[in-house]
Amino acid sequence: MQSGTEFMKKKTKNQESPTKKKNTKTDHESSSCEILRSDCYRIMNEDGTVDAKLDPKLDKELLLKMYRNMALTRAFDERGMMLQRQGRIGFYVPSFGQEAVQTGTAAPLEKKDWVFPSYREPGIFLYRGAGIYEMLCNLWGNRGDLSKGRQMPVHYSFPDIKMFSVSSPIATQMIQAVGAAMASKISKTKEVAISYCGDGGTSENDFHTALTFAGAYKAPAVFIVTNNQYAISVPLSKQTGAKRLSDKAIGYGMPGVAVDGNDVLAVYQVTKEAVDRARRGEGPSLIECVTFRMGPHSSSDDPSRYRDEKMYQAWLKRDPIKRLKTYLESRKLWDEKKEKSLQEELKKMLAEAVERAEAEPAPDPMDLFEDVYAELTPQLKKQKAELLQEVELRGKFENTSEAFPL
Amino acid sequence: MATLTLVQAVRDALMCEMTEDSRVVVMGEDVGVNGGVFRATEGLQKEFGEERVLDTPLNESGIIGMAMGMAVNGLRPVPEIQFMDFIYPAFDEIVSEVAKIRYRSGGGFTCPMVIRTPYGGGIRGGHYHSQSSEAYFIHTPGLKVVVPSNPYDAKGLLISSIRDEDPVMFLEPKRIYRSIKGEVPEESYTVELGKASVVRPGKDVTILCWGAMVPVCMKAAELCEPRGADCEVIDLRTLVPLDESTILESVKKTGRVVIVHEAPKTCGFGAELSALINEEAILYLEAPITRVTGLDTPFPYTLEHIYMPDPERVALAVGKVRNF
Repeated sequence: MQSGTEFMKKKTKNQESPTKKKNTKTDHESSSCEILRSDCYRIMNEDGTVDAKLDPKLDKELLLKMYRNMALTRAFDERGMMLQRQGRIGFYVPSFGQEAVQTGTAAPLEKKDWVFPSYREPGIFLYRGAGIYEMLCNLWGNRGDLSKGRQMPVHYSFPDIKMFSVSSPIATQMIQAVGAAMASKISKTKEVAISYCGDGGTSENDFHTALTFAGAYKAPAVFIVTNNQYAISVPLSKQTGAKRLSDKAIGYGMPGVAVDGNDVLAVYQVTKEAVDRARRGEGPSLIECVTFRMGPHSSSDDPSRYRDEKMYQAWLKRDPIKRLKTYLESRKLWDEKKEKSLQEELKKMLAEAVERAEAEPAPDPMDLFEDVYAELTPQLKKQKAELLQEVELRGKFENTSEAFPL
Repeated sequence: MATLTLVQAVRDALMCEMTEDSRVVVMGEDVGVNGGVFRATEGLQKEFGEERVLDTPLNESGIIGMAMGMAVNGLRPVPEIQFMDFIYPAFDEIVSEVAKIRYRSGGGFTCPMVIRTPYGGGIRGGHYHSQSSEAYFIHTPGLKVVVPSNPYDAKGLLISSIRDEDPVMFLEPKRIYRSIKGEVPEESYTVELGKASVVRPGKDVTILCWGAMVPVCMKAAELCEPRGADCEVIDLRTLVPLDESTILESVKKTGRVVIVHEAPKTCGFGAELSALINEEAILYLEAPITRVTGLDTPFPYTLEHIYMPDPERVALAVGKVRNF
């Protein structure tokens, strides 16, 4: 089994600009997806330097937008963990180390495209413009939460920006994304649906289901596997006998590619090609973003029980935010002064939003009955009346729930 | 008016709704070229094309998951699960995803869709082509559960289900797919969800049933008449939301109740009906509420006619309740 560390140390086969590599025969029909053929794609060196001939020279505004989002994602995660440690919220799932995967895959999407995220993708919500205050309200499950306090923290849902509601069961959203993509295909709206799971998610039935259906129907879908090396405590080597998760694409009749998930330029390029390809009607693609979960699975998890320390140390040097910062500095787009002011701005913005969100009250008890169906059934009306009576009789309810263990 | 079988009425409803509403799409195993193994979708693909009538890969979780995504993105899918016995791979998508999405997103996302599936025994189908697993879905908040028992209701209830804003489990009694014919209007019409039907009025004993058990109970009522019991047979038609008032009104009149279903007894829907009557009408009862159901065994093959409630077994239960 090739571990992520070993893989990242290797010289990748395709270090040239993918668009320059022509006329290579592959198993895949499409001639338009050069990037998706490579073994593992990388543009940035580990230290953030980029060889001039590889530099995609992305637009300055886009680069700065991506950098800001990655920094915001990190700051949001730090704040979320802190709130949990302080006992102010019950649970949090950080995405430390995976900022480039989130931002790099979100950036090529259009507004009309659909995103079916897993629970470790706050950065995609942020990139597409989810309100920080509303996201924080979700952490408290209070009246400001768009989901009305009905889901655990980090299970966001933002219909206005087509960010689908997060589910806890793994990979269920991927086949739903295929459905959204098929609706787009049938209704000819040219929307692309992108969906996410982790390395563990590739073992789930619905991963197989999603790729089977998407392959059969040539659905305008893009599948992102965030290979962060662990499914809670189980390492990739115990998850699968597959040498590379992107290899799974072959069996479903679609191109698959592995990309350095801590190289936002590479993640962006690969995803852009897959999204464009889907929009042109050429079918789905599978992208494996090779990265590392630098934090715990969740606020309840202690990675020191299972984490390979050497691997962790190696990945510390590949911090995706630092790499992009170095690149931006080399292009004279960034400096310490700008960094300081950005960090201050983010800190202030988060502090203000936290203060507002924390002040929101819990949902009204009668809200329990809404949105089960479009309208209350006679049975729910009866139960609602009974609870209302109980509320009036008792006045208060003691919350004796234990802390979440997972 | 045309005289149709129940399965033809299902097809007729799909034809009507697909003609009227371009968002309606049909999908499932063999539903396209083959028109479904029971022919419930016959000719639809020819009429509406491959994009609206999709033959799917052989994967139930995929059929439901894909339908859910389509519904979220504006279509009105009507996925078919070939036999209800094959629905379990899709259980997670149905109970954790389809049923929960409106609630868990605070009403932000919805997935109106109708999951059609033939259920029930009496067709020599053995364990994997005979089950009645409605209780799992009745037990899941967020789903509606509808079971027609005749061609007229099948068409009207299916059209109502497709137009409903919530996901509906539409369970088709395959044993009577073709054995019962009835007059069905050619035009579109609806039968309201959540309304039971008194299919035989009577004064002595209330029989509660649905789907393929309705004709069984009607025959039982005929058997009971010369034996001195005038039965009121109620076809529930919609199990969720349940028409409590029709049930309770009848129970308060007769004071005697027999509940009939094919599914195993323990935790079957009969238990819920019994609890409801206890909570709401116990002082009207003249005899214990009695259930005639499938056994708490897996569904058999050779002896299915002994496993399943038949008119005589129902009549015996009625006699016991009547003479208590």
